[in-house]
Parts: sequence; C-alpha cells; structure tokens
Amino acid sequence: MSDMVVAKVADVTPHVYEELGFWRKYVFSTDHKVIAKQYLALGLLWAIAGGLMAYMMRWQLAWPETPVLLFRWIPEPFMYDGYMGPEFYNALVTLHGTIMVFFVAMPVLLAAFGNFLIPLMVGARDMAFPRLNMLSVWVFALASLVLFVSFFVPGGAAAAGWTGYPPLSARAEYTGVEWGLNLWLIALALEFASFLMGGINFLTTVINLRAPGLSMFRLPLFVWMQIVAAVLFMLSVGPLIAGAVMLLMDRLLGTTFYLPAGGGDPLLWQHLFWFFGHPEVYVILLPGLGIVLEIIAVFSRKPIFAYRSIIYATIVAGILSFIVWAHHQFISGIDPRLAMPFSITTILISVPFAFVVFAMIATLWKGAIQFTTPMLFALGTLANFILGGVTGIFNGSAPLDIYIHDTYFVVAHFHYTLFSVTVLGGFAGLYYWFPKMFGRMLHDTLGKVHFWLTIIFFNSAFIPMHLVGVGGMMRRIANPLQYEFLQPLQPLNVWITVSVIMLLIAQIPFVVNCVWSLVAGVRAEQNPWRANTLEWSAPSPPPHGNFAAVPVVYRGPYEYSLPGSAQDWLPQDYEVLTQAAARS
Amino acid sequence: MLSWLPENVSTYGTDIDSLFALIYYITGVTFLLVEGLLLLFLILYRRRQGRRAAYIAGDRVGELTWILVPCALVLVLDVWIDVRGTETWEKVKGHIPPAEVQVRVVGKQFNWDVFYPGPDGQWGTVDDRRLENELHVPVGQVVEVVLESQDVIHSFFLPHLRLKQDVVPGRKIPAWFVATKPGRYEIPCAELCGFGHSGMKGWLTVHTPEGYRDWVQQQLTALPPAQVSAALSTTPH
Repeated sequence: MSDMVVAKVADVTPHVYEELGFWRKYVFSTDHKVIAKQYLALGLLWAIAGGLMAYMMRWQLAWPETPVLLFRWIPEPFMYDGYMGPEFYNALVTLHGTIMVFFVAMPVLLAAFGNFLIPLMVGARDMAFPRLNMLSVWVFALASLVLFVSFFVPGGAAAAGWTGYPPLSARAEYTGVEWGLNLWLIALALEFASFLMGGINFLTTVINLRAPGLSMFRLPLFVWMQIVAAVLFMLSVGPLIAGAVMLLMDRLLGTTFYLPAGGGDPLLWQHLFWFFGHPEVYVILLPGLGIVLEIIAVFSRKPIFAYRSIIYATIVAGILSFIVWAHHQFISGIDPRLAMPFSITTILISVPFAFVVFAMIATLWKGAIQFTTPMLFALGTLANFILGGVTGIFNGSAPLDIYIHDTYFVVAHFHYTLFSVTVLGGFAGLYYWFPKMFGRMLHDTLGKVHFWLTIIFFNSAFIPMHLVGVGGMMRRIANPLQYEFLQPLQPLNVWITVSVIMLLIAQIPFVVNCVWSLVAGVRAEQNPWRANTLEWSAPSPPPHGNFAAVPVVYRGPYEYSLPGSAQDWLPQDYEVLTQAAARS
Repeated sequence: MLSWLPENVSTYGTDIDSLFALIYYITGVTFLLVEGLLLLFLILYRRRQGRRAAYIAGDRVGELTWILVPCALVLVLDVWIDVRGTETWEKVKGHIPPAEVQVRVVGKQFNWDVFYPGPDGQWGTVDDRRLENELHVPVGQVVEVVLESQDVIHSFFLPHLRLKQDVVPGRKIPAWFVATKPGRYEIPCAELCGFGHSGMKGWLTVHTPEGYRDWVQQQLTALPPAQVSAALSTTPH
C-alpha cells in the first residue's frame, strides 16, 4: 500500500521519501514534524520538572520549616528528611525560571509549534535545512542533559537566580555552587545555539520555500509571529552570549569582568542580560499570540480584524522591545536620569499590544463563536493576558517600581503574561493541532474540564499574589515568617499554595486525555475544524514530505464567511473562479 | 488592593502611593471595560442556528477607526501616567535635599553594617561607630544613606518608607528619606544575595527629636573608655 502512495507522490513531484527504519524515522530524523514532536516531548518533560519545583517552592512559602509532602525522598544536602535548606530553595528559584523560560516555553512555543507548522503553513515539504534542523534538536537535547546533570554535581545546581546577577554568580564562594553554575551557563549557551539554528531555518524557510501564490501578506499570522520572534532572538542573543562567556571566564579563569575589585562592573551583566531579556520575553510571547489569532479566526468564523496592521503593530512592539531593557534596572544604581526615558518607552509599548488585543476582540464582533476546547483556551489566554498587560504599567512606572521592584507583584505580573500566553496559549495550540500532529482528536469534554480547572486555579493562585506583592513580600525569600511586616500576608501565601497544588492536579485530565486519545481517540479527518490555512490541506497526520502535490495559493488565510459562498470557509489553496472569492 | 500596602511613614511615600492609586484606577477601569466588552461579544455572538458571521476584514480606515480610537485613548492614558511618573521620580530621585543626618550602610552576606560618623561628625576618624543591623534616625529630618556593598548585590528595602535601592559593590549609591512617624521598621534585603538572603534584615528606629538626642548620647557613653578618649584626643573641640 505504501508503494502506491509513494508512486502517486512520484507522479507529481521529484521528491521521493523512502521508508526509513525506526532510528532514522523517530530518533535521528530530519522530518520537521518528528523534530517538532521531539521538542514537544522534551519541553513537556521539563514542564513537569518545572511544575514540581513550583510546588516545592510554594510548599516552603506556605509552611516553612515543615517537611515537603511527597518529597521526603530527596536526599541530603538538598533536603533534610523533607526539610528544605535555603541553598536548595535558591536552586529551585533559579532552575524553575530557567526551565520554564528556556526549556519549556521556547521548545514548545517556538520550536515544537514552529517546526511543525511553518513548513505546513507555507506549503513546503520540509524546512529549508532539514539536517541543521536535526542538529538544532540534538544540541537542545545536549543542553537539556547538561542542565539535568547540573543538579547532581557537588555543590548542587545554580543558585544565583535565573537572571544570574554577578558578583553572586561570578565567584563560587558567594553561593557555594561550583560546577552547577558553570553547567547552567553551558546549558544556556547550547540552548541559544540550538535556537539560533532553528531561527535561521524558520526565516530561510519562510523567505524561500513559500508555495506558489503565497505572498508574505498571505501568510498566517502565526508564521509572521514566528519570524518576528526569530529576528528578535537573533538580534538580541549575541550580547547575552558575550556576557555569558565573560561570566564563565570570571568563574573559571579568574578574570574580573564583573568584579569591581579587579576593575569590573556588576551592572555590565545586567545591561547585557536585559538587552536580551526583554526581546526574549516577546520571543516566547509572540508565537503564543499567533496561536491565539489562528484559533480565534477559525472559531469565530471571521477574518482576523486588521490583519496587516497586526503585523505592523507586532514589528513596532519588536523594535520598541530593544529600548526598554533598563526598566529592569530602575533601582539598580544606574543614573537616575536614565530611568524616565526607559519608563516612557516601556509604558508606550502597551499601545501596539493594545492594538493586537483590540483586533482580537474586534475579530469576535459579529462572529459565530464556537466554544470548542481550543477556542476556550485561546479566549482564556486573551482574557488573562489583558491582566498581565495592565499590571505591566505598574511595573513600567519608574517611581512605582521603587516600591514594587523585586516583590511578588512582579512575579504575579510576569506569570499573568507568560503563563497565560505560553501555557494557556500552548494548550490552545495543542488542542487545536493535535489532530494534525497525531491523526486523532483529543476528547472534547475532558478538554473542557481541563480548561475550567486550569483557569479557575490559575487565577485563584495568581490574583492574590498581586496583593502579597503590594504587601511588600520580596521575591526569592525562602521563609516569609522571618519578617514581621509579612506576617499578615501568610494566609494569602497559604491560599496561593493550595491553589497552585490544585492547578498542578488540574493538569491530570490533560495527561490522561493525551495518552487515551493517542491510543483510542476518534480518528481525525483532514480538516476537522473547517480551517483555511495550508496545514489542513495535508493529510492528518501528514506523511514525510507533507503534501501529495505542492499546493497553489489563491488568497489570504482568513477568508471565513465570505458573502456569496455556500460554506463559511475557503481554504487558501481552493481555486474558485468567481470575482468575489478571488479577493485576497 | 491598595489597602494591602504597609503603612506609609515617609514624606515622598505619599506621592508614590498616590501614583499607585492613579495607575490602579486607570488600569482598573480599562481592564474592566475591555474584559466586559470581550464577555459581551462572547455572549452576543455565540454561534446560533441560521446565523452566519459577518465578513469584516477590518482593513479599511473606517473599520480600523474602531480600534485606533481605543488605542489613542490608551496612548493618552499612558502619557498621563508618564507625566505624573516623571514628576514623582523627579521628587524622589531627581536630587537629594541637603542631608541633616548622614549614615553609611554597608551590605554584606548577610547583614547591614550601619556606620555613624561619631561625636566628631567626621567620617573616617577613630570614633566612627559601627552598628549591626540597627539604623537610628530622627523623625522629620532629611536622612541620607550612602549605600555600599562588601561582596554581592544587595537591595536596601524600607517597605514602610517606600524606599528601595540596590546596593552594588564598587559603588557608593546615595539614597534619602524623611520619616514621618516614630517607630521600628524592618529593613529586609530585597535582592537574592546567597543562602542567607532570606532573613537578612535590619531594623530602622525612628526616634522623636528628644529620643534621638538621647540615643546619640547613649551611644557615645556606651563606647569603651579607651575608644572615647581616643576619639576625644583626635577630635578638636
């Protein structure tokens, strides 16, 4: 049977994809879809690790000096019969952030969705550089291994915060961490190398391998968001890599780039880190927004409102993101005259994002909204992201930042932006593209249970966290009971911890759903959601090489509910000869 | 939300708190309007039998106005917040008023060392006094705190006075405040500084003017005699 398929492909195209053995098909694969699933699997494994770390930290904050339930097995010197030492708490703080940003959000949102969808959405058979693509995932796997090993070296894992501020991070005696922090830096450097390769691939694929008729302004917004993210990453990561090499040299070779005793400056690192760090926030944010935009169009059966202007707004936000970095440093000792210019650019960045949010809401206007599980997650992302957006104004205001900097208000803010867009947006994408990825539908009712539990407990955990921040509770302290002025906040801390535990438990329906649906889910048709973009013109799941014949594109991606058309969707590659439908 | 703020006991804390309130109300109203509109659309335009979605691409100027006007409104609110922010920043950080009391605070893993110039009022003389984690100031006077660090970055945080300033090795960073109410307030470290970060804290004692005079006296008399005589001998009276 497979012979017939291959023969049919061979009729129309010179590409022939032979049957491969197990290792080359699933492990050392150059197929962008397999690579996407490898990134997804690694990212989801890390998400479990990062989630359990959050649980341990929250336990410690709610009930310090009690043994962490279910984790008494963790040996000394990390935990003492379940009691957590402050060194281990600092390692958890550091690694939870590092893992969630660099080893969950990036591999899942950028690499997994980007790899799976970009070639399919542009009508290509694979990435421009399939072997480079394979190299990128294996470098990422190596980075994961190095980070994993860093937990088990003498002195423990990195404990200087995910931002790794020197001098704390620059000399082993300040944290007691020896190779843990070196390995942390090496893992990050490898991770950056992996995503640089990925970014080059994404850009080249989009620029060179678009199907006939697919102009840049007929690309789905998800693809646009991915390429803007790739450009932001490529332009910002260089300074950080330079900074990381200097930090590693300070640690290993005795240089003093960041040590004032030897003529160095600790603030140099902060500038390099945040010059990267703020664009990086958008690198993981934009793909999530792209997912939400795709899903909102499909399930409101309407074109995306102001498609082109959304692209322009995203580019404006991307450019602005390079001149806001010092908002992380208002009180870091920089010249006070520098603060307000950065505060103003930071607050102004709300305008392009407000545009995107308003465009999303305007897309819903006069739609025919279907509340499927992916749509619920997309709407949940939007609703929660708005709160993350408005709290950004508090943090961006320099005088206010004097008080709320390094408090839980900041922690609550970035969880509202990043959790909503990467986790809720990521779930939206998984529920939406799972049929294309694995050829089976996820169970809808179980998905809705997952959605409501997640939304309820997410908000129940993170809304009170703002109040804890307003109360003045500092980030990264292991025991709030050591401070008199934090005593009144402790009931809130307990509430947050219970909610976080429930939020973690709420992910069980998702795991069950994935496993059950992979084995026994309803088989997915080619286009179960009646969507327009090109990935739905390939079989579910698409074979190696994706399309029987390379599609020809006649129109933009969001021609839903076109007047005069009998059905309310019109795929990009359907040839229709009427005048009305030829509009792009 | 604002009721969760610790009691404010500094002069400029009032300005920071009122900016907090301004941003809270502006963003709060915006937030409720946007979420309300979202919810309204979800209810009004849920899929119903026999009703088709409208085909609106939103790329014509007339249509774009529907979101450009709210965006312009956001811009106006941003500018309002920026203008008020600039005024407040100027007041708090723009310049330090002439100090009536000057103190040096040196952060180190995991303590605040507080230095007073001693009875001679001069820095760098033998009668300089070092206190561990104890900062004493009079109410109603301009206190300048010069912040230094011996090892890593710390952050000098006075939640009740709305003051936070990172303490960076290699730099002397000035901060200032005027306390408005006598009492004892905590000085936590707000920047991760190592395994003892949690629990690194000192105490600020704000005295009445008489109380501060007494405290200064006691600190002097509490000096070991040798140090006092040394201090006196090197101090011209």
